[in-house]
Amino acid sequence: MVAADDFLAALGLGLGHNATVVVLGCAAFGLAAGLVGCFVLLRGRALIADVAAHATLPGVAAAFIGATLAGADPRNLWLLMAGGAASAALGTLAVRAATATGRVRDDAAMALVLSAGFGLGVVLMSVVQSRPTGGQAGLAHFILGQAAGMAEAEARALGMLAAGAVAMVLLLFNPLRTLCFDEAFAAATGLPVRLLDLALMALMLLVAVAGLRAVGLILVVALMVIPAVTARLVTDRLGVMAALASLFGAVSGWVGAALSAAAPGLPTGAVVTLVACALFVAALLLSPGRGVLAALLRHARLSWRIARDHFLRGAWEELERQRLGPDGAFAAAAVAEAWGWGPARLALVTCAARAAGLLTAAGEPGFLRLTEEGTALARGVVRRHRVWEIYLTRAGGVRAFAAHRGADLIEHTLPPEVEAEVEAWLAAADPALAREPVPPPVEGSLGHGARA
Amino acid sequence: MSTPASLPVPALSVRHLTVAYRDAPVLWEVSWATPPSGLVAVIGPNGAGKSTLIKACLDLVPRISGEVRIFGQPLAAVRRRVGYLPQRASVDWDFPATALDVVAMGCYPRAGWLRPLGRREREAARAALAEVGLADFAERQIGQLSGGQQQRVFLARALALKADLYFMDEPFAGVDAATEKAIVAVLRRLADSGRTVIVVHHDLATAPHYFDHVLLLNLRAIASGPMRQAFTPENLALAYGGRLSLLDQAVAAAAGAPGAAPRA
Repeated sequence: MVAADDFLAALGLGLGHNATVVVLGCAAFGLAAGLVGCFVLLRGRALIADVAAHATLPGVAAAFIGATLAGADPRNLWLLMAGGAASAALGTLAVRAATATGRVRDDAAMALVLSAGFGLGVVLMSVVQSRPTGGQAGLAHFILGQAAGMAEAEARALGMLAAGAVAMVLLLFNPLRTLCFDEAFAAATGLPVRLLDLALMALMLLVAVAGLRAVGLILVVALMVIPAVTARLVTDRLGVMAALASLFGAVSGWVGAALSAAAPGLPTGAVVTLVACALFVAALLLSPGRGVLAALLRHARLSWRIARDHFLRGAWEELERQRLGPDGAFAAAAVAEAWGWGPARLALVTCAARAAGLLTAAGEPGFLRLTEEGTALARGVVRRHRVWEIYLTRAGGVRAFAAHRGADLIEHTLPPEVEAEVEAWLAAADPALAREPVPPPVEGSLGHGARA
Repeated sequence: MSTPASLPVPALSVRHLTVAYRDAPVLWEVSWATPPSGLVAVIGPNGAGKSTLIKACLDLVPRISGEVRIFGQPLAAVRRRVGYLPQRASVDWDFPATALDVVAMGCYPRAGWLRPLGRREREAARAALAEVGLADFAERQIGQLSGGQQQRVFLARALALKADLYFMDEPFAGVDAATEKAIVAVLRRLADSGRTVIVVHHDLATAPHYFDHVLLLNLRAIASGPMRQAFTPENLALAYGGRLSLLDQAVAAAAGAPGAAPRA
């Protein structure tokens, strides 16, 4: 299994020349795939990339057979890759041709070409296997990837691919962004939309073919899609997203290759993909804007604010009912009853409100008192509710009990400018009432818990 | 309208335009010319080919036959003078971009696509956002804007193109009252400064208030001309095929509208 020392050594490029070549080559490939994948994904072409990758197989096998028949060296990697690129290009053209007639939906066309291409490739592979030179040709490695035997020239080519991808994206950043966001607008302004698409597709094909050796044709799409999706979770800026996707892709390639170098039994492609997935899961959980934890936190905060406001208003109304001032002691159970809360919820809310300094214990058990801060907050909450009730009944002609319900629904999400408008309306309509810190409840609105 | 001696060039003229998707024609032999400037509505029922007409004029869909002239010239010669506002629903608003990023897309055709925008162009983009009342939303992610605000971002991007002829595809679709008001104000300003705006519109009640000219379209060009002359119950019935009582109401409302008078 994985030896930790070997893994760290490979990560630090200290596991010998061969392992270093593989790690750097995979990192360069990851960078190119992440960056190109960013735009492929935003252009809605992720599935086409998968089709292209699968469609490389018949080309690779055909190139092998052709070279054998012509007496050339069938193991020449460049020849095999050229064959793969040709059949991948044919595959994408086939998808375009099938959808252009309008008779076949594009997802169906892609599924069709993907499986047909892969099927044809498998058949040709079995032909290769049956030949005397077959078997050992290592063609099977193109399916799942085996970076271990990567030569220095290959790693260098991957580095050039990465540099080329970066250069092209830097040069065409604005046109690509406009095209990916709004194709019709881009075309209307005179951008050569087809040429741009072609450049992007060519880059995507290059990446798909370049990834054959490192991660294999089945998983090459993973390195285009996963780093880009991960980066999208973390940022809302395209520039940052492209940079992060490159980084995530490079890190996945680097770490994955190091892991697989330390444990030669592990196929590189699978490990690289799993590393990319791990980064994705981390981003999904931890991203500040779109992460799961952040969403839970936001939800919890909103729930707390609503429960707090409800409790404070319940307390205020209970104090009014007992004809006590804001500094009087009230029974927590009465507030809970008004809102229909169980003892667990009541305990939770009062506990949190006491921790927030809004409530204190009042001598007798089960009785509470509002602190100064709690009183101020409660006054604001009740005023907002009642002013809204008054507005709904007088200006909106809503019946009192319905107004109470409406105010309940809206008061927590009322934007400040609407609140100011309603206050201004009240100040004009009934100045005396507006001057009261807390207006009395609207006649017939029942207050809380239907205590009528 | 004009003396024969100084015939003004129409902003857009279309002759014998036919467009088909697969086998079914969507536009059939449409011939139409707009005035040299002003606000022009393209009105017709769903599926009448209104959006297709705009797209065909911009070479976004292939034409089967017909000729389009913009300021008397083919599109390629006057591309910089033409602006396009697509339907809001035609793009994915979850795209990683800010409102300012989107408006900046309208600056590149003039400033050059391959280099970052200079200070002047960035200020022009901000000014366009301010013109539609979104100055404070420049850095907002577009997915977090309301539908009306998104529509105004599109409008600001069109303004940043600084075009003389605009094609706008349903800019009033699904927007709030504030946005509708803001858009109308911008359109009015454009018309007052001598620009032409061709708008696909579907609200018969507001059309006579907002626009000076109209094309009633339903596969064919049913009628066109100044609003008061072309926006008649008979023509609307031809375009919409019946439902006369509703149409009468729309025309009656139009007759009382102050904006319905042809503008100087």
